[in-house]
Amino acid sequence: MATETQTEVVMPQMGVSVAEGTITKWLKAEGEPIARDESLLEISTDKVDTEVPSPGEGVLLKILVQEGETVEVGAILAVIGPEGSSAAAPVEDLPQPATQAAADATEAAASETAEPTDPTPTPTPAASAPASTATSDTASQAPSSGSDNGRTFVSPVVARIASEHGVDVARVQGTGNGGRVTKKDILAFVEGGGQSAPAASSDATSQAPAATAPPSAPAAPAPPAAAAAGAPAPPKPAEAPVAAGEAGPGETFEPMTAMRRGIAEHMRRSLDTSAYVTSAIEVDMSKVVAIRGKLKKEFEAAYGVNPTYLAFIARATVETLREYPWINGEIRGDKIVTRNYVHLGFAVELADGKGLIVPVIKNVEGMNLLGIAKSVVEIAQRARDKKLTPDDVQGGTFTITNPGGYGTFHGTPVISQPQAGILGTYAVVKRPWVVQDDRGQDVLAIRPIMNLTLTYDHRLVDGALAGRFLRDLRGRLESWGESDY
Amino acid sequence: MAEKTYLQAISDGLRQELRRDERVFVIGEDVGVYGGAFKVTLGFQEEFGPWRIIDSPLAETAIVGACTGAAMMGMRPVAEMQFADFISCAWDHLVTVAAKQRFRAGTPVPIVVRLPSGGGFSGGPFHSQNPESSFAHIPGLKCVCPATPEDAKGLLVAAIEDPNPVLFFEHKHLYRRIKGEVPDERYVTPIGKARTHREGEDISVITWGAMVYTADEAAKQLEEADDVSVEVIDLRTVMPWDKEAVLASVRKCSKVLVLHEDTRTGGFGGEIAATIGEEAFEDLDAPIKRVCAPDCPVPFSPILEKAYIPQVDDVVKGLRELAAY
Repeated sequence: MATETQTEVVMPQMGVSVAEGTITKWLKAEGEPIARDESLLEISTDKVDTEVPSPGEGVLLKILVQEGETVEVGAILAVIGPEGSSAAAPVEDLPQPATQAAADATEAAASETAEPTDPTPTPTPAASAPASTATSDTASQAPSSGSDNGRTFVSPVVARIASEHGVDVARVQGTGNGGRVTKKDILAFVEGGGQSAPAASSDATSQAPAATAPPSAPAAPAPPAAAAAGAPAPPKPAEAPVAAGEAGPGETFEPMTAMRRGIAEHMRRSLDTSAYVTSAIEVDMSKVVAIRGKLKKEFEAAYGVNPTYLAFIARATVETLREYPWINGEIRGDKIVTRNYVHLGFAVELADGKGLIVPVIKNVEGMNLLGIAKSVVEIAQRARDKKLTPDDVQGGTFTITNPGGYGTFHGTPVISQPQAGILGTYAVVKRPWVVQDDRGQDVLAIRPIMNLTLTYDHRLVDGALAGRFLRDLRGRLESWGESDY
Repeated sequence: MAEKTYLQAISDGLRQELRRDERVFVIGEDVGVYGGAFKVTLGFQEEFGPWRIIDSPLAETAIVGACTGAAMMGMRPVAEMQFADFISCAWDHLVTVAAKQRFRAGTPVPIVVRLPSGGGFSGGPFHSQNPESSFAHIPGLKCVCPATPEDAKGLLVAAIEDPNPVLFFEHKHLYRRIKGEVPDERYVTPIGKARTHREGEDISVITWGAMVYTADEAAKQLEEADDVSVEVIDLRTVMPWDKEAVLASVRKCSKVLVLHEDTRTGGFGGEIAATIGEEAFEDLDAPIKRVCAPDCPVPFSPILEKAYIPQVDDVVKGLRELAAY
């Protein structure tokens, strides 16, 4: 029920297949002023992490979804309005967060305290949820029969004792101010055997140690409501992890980000799906090194772009893929999919070292060396700035990863499903190399050598096919001509 | 073991250290021939001579500055401010040099500054203050506020032994009013350990200095008239302060009253309340209550001073509100 001057912030639709998102961080606190388009919060979907700009200007009046909670697309996250106004009205038709955090119950209790005289039944989690779903013991603290007890303040220590013993505070006779339940009251109630439910239920245990459990740790994200029809099913969130229990001596817990959960699930699923084989080949990069040396100045001066080895390899890969459509293909059901285009994914390590993302450059078959170099720089920067949209990371047909940045010369990367292969590029190292001189004699030369690996799904790609692909790719790189682009 | 006043306990502790350790000397206004404004050093100059019991000019800056230099050269000076209020003159030496020297250059500055503090006798605005929170805020300074004769001696010994600057707030109101058993031998009361002055179950009072007795009197009234059991924690030292003891008492009682004679805003009770809020939030059954002096200078008029310094009735009122919450 936003007034004319109030603006609701909603969970944005981050690409066609994204149904929900998790609030990872509020960049503004309630009461802080905010300008239009200023970054307001960070969200995490199962595709990307990104910032959400403010849709209006004024003051952040009310945050309705807390950090760590997951809500569906379109849910109202916050209200922005002019300074001094109140955000009470829109709270009423707040959609329920998809993740029923334990905090909800507390919030419900708090909102009742705020409007103790309001005679209209305020929809609360307890009231709107069917009783049979029994979201939590604590939710039942909300008054079910208009008892006055539930409407008064519950002190921190009483809330904790109630949660530890699974006690419904509304059932305890209060002797404090205005009938408030005091610590003594609830302890007497517990000692008197008035426990409403055995504390053994998993709900109770997961909520009890509020002092140790981070409040922003929902057990598992709810599954996305629906994947876009026809599109390949997006990665499902990992199944509810085994409860972590208590940290052992010397151990520390940190919450798993949505991105890390997504990576974990995808890596496992890929290994469970494809039949993994890796082939490797050594490539003499002399010509590429020489041409790159020449082009570097020109590209940087004219376009501000560094022609990296990756751009050369991507360019040669796209050319080679034209002749090997199955390596650019996919097994879908009982069919083999081939394409007349290449959407090339690049693995990008995020700046904080805490994640990896694979943005996709679309229709690379239509790009020359300069176009690829520019696109790689641009999309990698957006990935590190958390400015990718979910569509930026979807639809890849083949992927290049560069684990050689730190000097490694071999690896077995994991295929980005449902693709058929992934090319690994490694460090360019000067090595003694046997070449033939003008008279056909073998001589030793010093050459910049790079290893390339192709990890492929042997269900679709045979070893011989992979070998020929790598041979042809090597041929392109070793014979790179000055006028090639 | 003998019964001694709070003042005698300080005097005895100081004399013992002067006899035991040649590096210890006393400097202050009228501490020599006159024996000190409150007679803490009566007879000291006769025993230790004018080079160890030094009558200084009326210059607190010079007193603390000289002590700081002497301490850096290996001495163990004990300075007396005639009244704690006068320490503001010595702020620069204490805060800029003494407090930071060890962090800056690694040189210990083992000085003790004795500060007769507190009101209750119509001393007016210049002779009644409790400025401990100003110095507790300065990293590098320790602030000691004993309430009992036994602690006054043991903490003075600890302060002289300590390699850092220690401000020793001795409460004038307790000097001759409070008596207690004090061991004759030398002993050290560790800095940073609170003591439970009175055990209780329902409400904790966190306090120090003369207010320990105010709290105890109020606790007695509540126990007799209201059947409410009140625990009184005597912090003994404000910096460092015994967080563990305070939190343990809060976890037991779940209701807390912080009591001090200093003014309210920026008083050390605010730090204690904030720490309880941060670390024991889920153990609280009522808002943390502060009882302290209002934010104004200490008045001279006896009637106004009584209204200013927290009295037993003020604490009883606060405790009753907490009990009823």
